[in-house]
Amino acid sequence: MYTQALNMAEADDRGLEDAATAAQFQTRIDADERIEPNDWMPAAYRKTLTRQISQHAHSEIVGMLPEGNWITRAPSLRRKAALLAKVQDECGHGLYLYAAAETLGTSREELVDAMLAGKAKYSSIFNYPTLTWADIGTVGWLVDGAAIMNQIPLCRCSYGPYARAMIRVCKEESFHQRQGYEIMLTLCRGSDEQKAMAQDALNRWWWPVLMMFGPPDATSQHSDTSTKWKIKRFSNDELRQKFVDATVPQAQYLGLSIPDPGMIQDADGHWRYSEIDWTEFKQVLAGNGPCNRDRLAARRKAHDEGAWVREAAAAYAAKRAQRRIAQAAE
Amino acid sequence: MATPNTPLWEVFIRSRNGLAHKHVGSLHASDATMALQAARDIYTRRGEGLSIWVVPSTAITASDPAEKGMMFEPAESKIYRHPTFYEVPDEVGHM
Repeated sequence: MYTQALNMAEADDRGLEDAATAAQFQTRIDADERIEPNDWMPAAYRKTLTRQISQHAHSEIVGMLPEGNWITRAPSLRRKAALLAKVQDECGHGLYLYAAAETLGTSREELVDAMLAGKAKYSSIFNYPTLTWADIGTVGWLVDGAAIMNQIPLCRCSYGPYARAMIRVCKEESFHQRQGYEIMLTLCRGSDEQKAMAQDALNRWWWPVLMMFGPPDATSQHSDTSTKWKIKRFSNDELRQKFVDATVPQAQYLGLSIPDPGMIQDADGHWRYSEIDWTEFKQVLAGNGPCNRDRLAARRKAHDEGAWVREAAAAYAAKRAQRRIAQAAE
Repeated sequence: MATPNTPLWEVFIRSRNGLAHKHVGSLHASDATMALQAARDIYTRRGEGLSIWVVPSTAITASDPAEKGMMFEPAESKIYRHPTFYEVPDEVGHM
């Protein structure tokens, strides 16, 4: 999902930790206790979570770009106000998540610098362009819909600060999905051109959205430990199937067709989708998606152009602190 | 270029229902004024509260989770601190 790079192989660096302490930790996890920042935790648990939460945070921040693209061109003041509020929420989500990641011992500055240097990943989905207004509807409906599917189980994740951040995020995410669906509904009830625009956006976003859930279970290499540690409670394929089953009737209501001619409903009512093109997914994660370079360039530009603000705020705080010391000495 | 670190603040909000200020999360800001403004933007976008406290994270002294047994056991073993420890005949009614 927002942390797809976790599915990539990485060296197993679990050091020699005291077996008894590690067993005690696992007992706490098995008893559904929450792990808090100052509690003992295996180094690999800390590292996995730092990566997962920071990637999730980066995704929220980079996720502001495709939607921010349409704020100035929203078709009405109502749509503009809603989109502005949504993009502001994404920023807030990024900040809650950075704060949760920092409790594991890495500063936000280091995390942000890793993203700007291209060393940390964010979700593949934000490397696709938002070409028309219908894309904003589709992003809210499908991208946020997929995110909710992934984030609801994370509210029960074993790491306390992450779980608490997810509860806040999920409460706000519901508005995002509904505003997206409303945009789609309005377009689908509009002129033929507007409905065609909605269908075109669905055609372009459908497969990338399914890829958001990450590689199929058979090839995902991190699920085992994440499941054991109760960071992950459902597999990629389980969440993907839940999402597809929830989305198909919504598309039918809009009168749009899912761009998967091979899709069939099985005897249990599940909508079975066709094979996903995982080479595209790998290409996007490797930095070769349609917008990877643009997204990083935009983040770096914003960061560089904000440097004077950070410096001025720090200088002002230092001056005030100096003055307080001087006054106290008088 | 590495970004210089900005101080961390803990945010507490009192909700409308008259309860005490409750910890809601943390944020970075270079001074108290900016911390309050950032807390308003990050933690109260949907009317979550009527009052905000921001406290520098460095000002908080926390108990050590490793000593939680020693710290809290005395409260657990003193069952006579709870009302249910005392017997009151049914005829007396609710007390």
